[in-house]
Amino acid sequence: MSTETIDLKTRLITDFHAREAVMNGEASSEFHQKKRAGLARFEQLGFPTIKHEEWKYSNVRDLISVSYDFNAESSIGLAELEDLKVPTQEANILYFVNGRYNEKLSTIISPTGQITISSLADAYKNDPAKVASYFNELTKDADDAFTALNTAFTQDGVFIHIPDNQSVEHPIILRFVSDAREKNVGSQPRNIISVGKNSHVKLAEAFRTLGDQRSFTNAVTEIQVAEEANVQYYKVQNESENAYHIGTTQVRMLDRSHFYAGTVTLNGKFTRNNLNIVLDGEHCDAHMYGLYFPDGSQHVDNHTVADHQKPNSESNELYKGILRDKSKGVFNGKIFVRPDAQKTNAFQSCKNIVLSPDATMNTKPQLEIFADDVKCSHGTTTGQIDEEALFYMRSRGISQPEAMSLLMFAFCADVVSQIKIDSVREYLENVITQKLASK
Amino acid sequence: MLSINDLRASIEGKEILKGINLEVKPGEVHAIMGPNGSGKSTLASVLAGREEYEVTGGNVVFEGKEILELAPEERAAEGIFLAFQYPVEIPGVTTINFLKTAVNEIRKYKGEAPLDAAQFLKMVREKAKLVSMNDSLLKRALNEGFSGGEKKRNEIFQMAVLEPKLAILDETDSGLDIDALRIVAEGVNSLRSPERATIVVTHYQRLLDYIVPDYVHVLYKGRIVKSGPKELALELEEKGYDWIKAEVEAVG
Ligand SMILES: Nc1ncnc2c1ncn2[C@@H]1O[C@H](COP(=O)(O)OP(=O)(O)OP(=O)(O)O)[C@@H](O)[C@H]1O
Ligand SMILES: [Mg+2]
Repeated sequence: MSTETIDLKTRLITDFHAREAVMNGEASSEFHQKKRAGLARFEQLGFPTIKHEEWKYSNVRDLISVSYDFNAESSIGLAELEDLKVPTQEANILYFVNGRYNEKLSTIISPTGQITISSLADAYKNDPAKVASYFNELTKDADDAFTALNTAFTQDGVFIHIPDNQSVEHPIILRFVSDAREKNVGSQPRNIISVGKNSHVKLAEAFRTLGDQRSFTNAVTEIQVAEEANVQYYKVQNESENAYHIGTTQVRMLDRSHFYAGTVTLNGKFTRNNLNIVLDGEHCDAHMYGLYFPDGSQHVDNHTVADHQKPNSESNELYKGILRDKSKGVFNGKIFVRPDAQKTNAFQSCKNIVLSPDATMNTKPQLEIFADDVKCSHGTTTGQIDEEALFYMRSRGISQPEAMSLLMFAFCADVVSQIKIDSVREYLENVITQKLASK
Repeated sequence: MLSINDLRASIEGKEILKGINLEVKPGEVHAIMGPNGSGKSTLASVLAGREEYEVTGGNVVFEGKEILELAPEERAAEGIFLAFQYPVEIPGVTTINFLKTAVNEIRKYKGEAPLDAAQFLKMVREKAKLVSMNDSLLKRALNEGFSGGEKKRNEIFQMAVLEPKLAILDETDSGLDIDALRIVAEGVNSLRSPERATIVVTHYQRLLDYIVPDYVHVLYKGRIVKSGPKELALELEEKGYDWIKAEVEAVG
């Protein structure tokens, strides 16, 4: 039996140079220079090990022990995606299969012209200078190997540009499908979203895997939120038992803007979500909601940052998890209050129900406060199901499994109810109900 | 209907019920009184099937069935209802949704088809009227932020919806204002029938003015130490428990 262990890092670097060699003039473009800088960064950082403070509880050894086809073709059609569909509602739906935009499957209904909603590749063809100027702007200082890797290999994703004073009526739903029916596939979508002053938009990223082979998704989303803008952003992961997902969402908010994030991990072998919000304005408010549901030997890690740089802003965070079997959960929530950020309000809470003695949850709130006039609070709880409540329900004739599902559904409700795209929320409610009924 | 024979139960190794005997026949109302900590709520909980209590002896037969081996939900489906002394708050589950689940789970147990939404709502509206339960409470999370009186009223409302054969009311009167007390008592009385029975745990005669008991029992240190007609409650109200305690000490 061969026990070949591959060196994924070297392979990726070799790959990069091979592609670069056939690029002709494009290699000198600003865009490519940024990618090259990303590669250098990745080369320098390398894949993290558990000695790295930010990766202490999340070991990527397994993830990087095999190779992935990052250019896998897929002939997938809507019929095969039927089960991945959320209930229909008028929305812009953009499909990305194995990381690349699939125009045939997608529907864009918002009026183009003013608002740009397109694939990153198309946007780049139309206006390379504009796309290059946004690309990697928010993540350029990131100290994260996976983000750097994504930068180096950026090919496609979504590019959304909303000018000032626009209210985007229809939500934008980005569906990322890994077609792992035949082989191990990798994808590195890069999403660039900029929302102009006083503009409003709701968007969701939904990740699914087809097939039993491995999928590795390394996604990066950059979101610029201009003054007074209001952005609702949701990330839904319902992937396979063999899906590895690393994702970073980097957000920059300006004065009086509002940003809502909902991150829901329903299924996947190994998931790491980084949600980094820089409150670079006064009187802005950032809201972060999260929910995770691992079972079997699944692993879910949420790292969040609320970085308060200016006075008078607020961040508010609620993450909840239900852990079963031998699953593992990690929550690390950082709150920075910079010296200028007086009158900051920052709240954080992480609540977990651990249903099995073999499941574990590591929570770490991390507050670094350099201003004196601030209100911060944080709390984490990890417990079992409320026995009193369970008995109360059973004494009314509700069977134990049904009572458990009702209680757990209720536990999730204050996160799920925050999802303001109806079709996405209904989809979540359905999947959660099924999941709860399955055990 | 209910026959409790030498029932013993303990928690954390401490014996709380030390041989309870009680016979309840259809149509009867039994009041259980007794000093704080004597075991009244423990008895109610053991009858409802709370698993923290370990039954160490005796048996309980309800409608010909040994119930100590049944799960709490099975006992509920057989027709036993406990109105809690301290109803639990359950955030995220609305009262109406909770009750709908309960009603249909019990119907399933009995092999009956579930009620559809319209039938259920009609029935719930009628019962809510019966105990003057405000509609807005039904849509709120179960007991969450309910006042003490509202929680108690919600217990009686649930009882009215589930129509149990045996209702055990654990201090449902405490925390109720005069009007609420009357409404709750009327709710209980409206369910009285020759087939149904009620056990009322209370400290006060004033509830028994409305729900007139057939028998009054005094529970003390885990035993029923005295039983009598409804007048016993009046006597207790007047004289307190010292004379009963003295009698017990003299004997034992
Ligand atoms: N979960 C428990 N753990 C330890 N002791 C308990 C527990 N539940 C009840 N007890 C003890 O059992 C005894 C009887 O309690 P119980 O609640 O049955 O009394 P009660 O008669 O209902 O009193 P009250 O009139 O105050 O409601 C008390 O001494 C109480 O402290
Ligand atoms: Mg009591």
